[in-house]
Amino acid sequence: MFKRLDEAASIVAIEVDGKTVRARSGDTVAAAMLAGGIDHCRTTPVSGAPRAPYCLMGVCFECLVTIDGVGSRQGCLVPVRDGMRVETQQGKREVGR
Amino acid sequence: MAASDYDVAVVGGGLVGAATAWGLAREGCRVALLDEGDRAVRASRGNFALVWVQSKGLGLAAYAGWTVRSSNAWAGFAATLKEETGLDVCFQRPGGFHLALSERELEARATTLKRLHNQPGIVDYRTEILDHSQVAKMLPDIGREVVGASYCPLDGHVNSLRLFRTLHTALHARGVKYLPSHRVGNISREGGEFHLSTMQGAVRAGRVALAAGNANMRLAPMVGLEAPMKPERGQIVVTERLRPFLHYPVVTLRQTDEGTVMIGDSKEESTDPAGLTLGVSATEAERAVRQFPLLANVNVVRTWSAIRVMTQDGFPIYDESETHPGAFVLCCHSGVTLAANHALTVAPMIARGALDKMLVAPFSARRFHVQEAG
Amino acid sequence: MTEASNFASSYDLVVIGGGPAGLAAAALASRAGASTVLFDENPDIGGQIYRGITSTPIKSHAVLGEDYWAGAALAAEAKASGALIVTGATVWSLDPSRLVGVSVAGKARMIQAQRVIIATGSLERPFPLPGWTLPGVMTAGAAQTALKAHGLVPDGRVLLAGCGPLLWLLAAQLLRAGTKIEAILDTTPRSNWLRALPHLPDFLLSSYWSKGLALLREVKAKVPVIPIQRLSAHGEGKLQHVEYRSSGKDYRRRVDMLLLHQGVVPNVNLASAAGVAHRWNERQLCLEPVLDVDFGSSVPGIAVAGDGAGIAGGAAAAERGRIAAIAAVHALRPSASVPDPQSVRQRLQREELGRGFLDTLYRPADAFRLPEGETIVCRCEEVTAKQIHDMTAMGCEGPNQMKAFLRCGMGPCQGRLCGLTVTELIAAGRHARPADVGYYRLRPPVKPITLAELASLPISEAERKAVER
Repeated sequence: MFKRLDEAASIVAIEVDGKTVRARSGDTVAAAMLAGGIDHCRTTPVSGAPRAPYCLMGVCFECLVTIDGVGSRQGCLVPVRDGMRVETQQGKREVGR
Repeated sequence: MAASDYDVAVVGGGLVGAATAWGLAREGCRVALLDEGDRAVRASRGNFALVWVQSKGLGLAAYAGWTVRSSNAWAGFAATLKEETGLDVCFQRPGGFHLALSERELEARATTLKRLHNQPGIVDYRTEILDHSQVAKMLPDIGREVVGASYCPLDGHVNSLRLFRTLHTALHARGVKYLPSHRVGNISREGGEFHLSTMQGAVRAGRVALAAGNANMRLAPMVGLEAPMKPERGQIVVTERLRPFLHYPVVTLRQTDEGTVMIGDSKEESTDPAGLTLGVSATEAERAVRQFPLLANVNVVRTWSAIRVMTQDGFPIYDESETHPGAFVLCCHSGVTLAANHALTVAPMIARGALDKMLVAPFSARRFHVQEAG
Repeated sequence: MTEASNFASSYDLVVIGGGPAGLAAAALASRAGASTVLFDENPDIGGQIYRGITSTPIKSHAVLGEDYWAGAALAAEAKASGALIVTGATVWSLDPSRLVGVSVAGKARMIQAQRVIIATGSLERPFPLPGWTLPGVMTAGAAQTALKAHGLVPDGRVLLAGCGPLLWLLAAQLLRAGTKIEAILDTTPRSNWLRALPHLPDFLLSSYWSKGLALLREVKAKVPVIPIQRLSAHGEGKLQHVEYRSSGKDYRRRVDMLLLHQGVVPNVNLASAAGVAHRWNERQLCLEPVLDVDFGSSVPGIAVAGDGAGIAGGAAAAERGRIAAIAAVHALRPSASVPDPQSVRQRLQREELGRGFLDTLYRPADAFRLPEGETIVCRCEEVTAKQIHDMTAMGCEGPNQMKAFLRCGMGPCQGRLCGLTVTELIAAGRHARPADVGYYRLRPPVKPITLAELASLPISEAERKAVER
């Protein structure tokens, strides 16, 4: 959905649903997913509809993902870290993760 | 009787009033339901949604029987509501737990239950004390600190907000006149009918049923009744939606059909519904995590505080006026648990014009005078 | 990175939000000798307008424009002032005694403040149209954040839709960055021009006038602008096409990204939960705090500065932050030296000039604020406009009862993306004024925190006894 204006100078690699996504150091998880061509980051706990980041400023909670095993993190507020494991969140969160 | 606008005016649009109004409409009464506005002090928006039996009735054995009657009627009540509205209030009665986090808490629990069951005339509702391993068979996610629990097979829960909506939907369908922003200023009886004055004008009705929660304290004396109340504040913590993991309600913690986990049961002496004591929420959270350690990382999305409707001795009040025939008062803490009784038992009595003494005499406010005299 | 255990348990001044208002306030107060901490939830300071100001990968000043780069001085000033600036810090609670609940890296702390300046800014007005929850539909502000903070531009067939200055600014920035925009669907009702005319003289004196005109020219030279009266987004699992009505004719257009904007409104959640009195602003169609000339609220010691005090833009926000900070310093240290408040007020007045014209011209049409049918109003709980209409017809009079009946506003965003819509829909259904309908009652935590974080807070004996029985 998005492309980078310039190839990033400092590259980190994160994993999204098992696939490697290259990101710029300084990206948030949501930005890295948008740039990585991932077209939705979760499905809703109510109807199961797919959702993608909507506001990118921490208010809409559409970019909830599982980061390093912890569910319901706001992807637009969490900076990427090399080796980070991100999973799209399917429906209701599972207790204990 | 004069040509009143309505057969019965029910005062209070919460769960007690709505259940009563629905029951009256089913009896063929023309009903007006008078309610306050959007920011009313409303226990029905902050309750814990348990249909709860265990530990009810210590000090008044009849209350245990009254509670079991409603619990037994609940499945039919829910089914009728679903038939009328298409809405499922998700009543479930899998049995419920009261968890203890120390030997002292468990002993206190056992003592309470023993005293309860030793009362003459008590209905037996088969509550048992279980140890950690027995509890863990049914609640596999409990923490090590849970030493045991009391368990009652009659306990259950519903989706109480959906019950609230369902009752209002059913009232609308049955032609009950819902009158929001009609705070009742005064009630008088003239020419065989009641005049309820509000800022929006007067409402005239042949009978009046006061179901205004703690505000019954103000209204009841206008029609020769009394409702001595002792309001208290309760707070609830609510989590995000989770996949089903908890299949039984716990008295302080339950998972709703929507997936959220409600954590609560605090009691504070306060009548300010807007206030919130963070340390109380913290205590609720701390105990919840000790009871179910898997919840530690779960997000809290809301807290809520509400003022409990509580009579001075904690038991319901159902009375009819001697000086103002046709005036009734209903007061109780457990508007969810007792909703089936209010709809199916009390409302028909009001429709007939007299309370059935066999069933509700123990809940007359006259008991407060007996205690004072004694 | 600053951790929750690394800051003091009390400060003279706690500033919440690191946009222009917060940065200016923290810098001024700290320089005047007040112990000051600034919390911002984002990974970097700047707020939304100066997003990424210290870290943006966009090096060409021309792309984002000189107004953006003005933020660099503000950020530098705040950093040099000695104020403790904590990013990645979510303030989730504030009470009338000015106890601040904040979480950093999963750890919660309570901080006592002598004074608080809430500078949590604004958020984009809800734009509830059919299909607005589809992946591929975003706010214009989101695209702007992606550009400023991350050097990302939308790819494929891109449409912008809505009204307001920010829409034109984003279009210009994207064009300068080399992005192709297929069209701008302009929702500004034609009748707004007439209504805005009386405000024109003030507008002509303001800085918006020349800048705005240049921006319009720049964008219109490269992008077709289509006036529309209706819009919906469609697709299976993601946005594939939009349908719109222009001059009585219906159109369908294949598209990959739809960027929506119809103005910004104050972000009221924290102030409201702290007990600050709010009122309905009929011109801006939103809730705003009731404030005195120093931006002090109805709660003693708590001020609201910046766009959170009512929408006026970035430059005005900084001046408002300074005024609030001067008042805080006066209260804390009457002898401290602070800038002359009169000159700050004069600058603020200049910046606020012209708002009347913009607010009236860009007042969003009813069709884009009052949805119908199956259009989702509450994105979190997926509550539709029809459900709200039906409950209103049943006698549900206000948003709090609506919330109990339908769960609208009960999800993690806590009503931020549905609150105004719900209030306006109920008002329309009741033929009442939004001011009389009211708004959601908000309570802490205003952002989700974990149960473990909540459990870690200090508990008094009385508080414990309220639960353990």
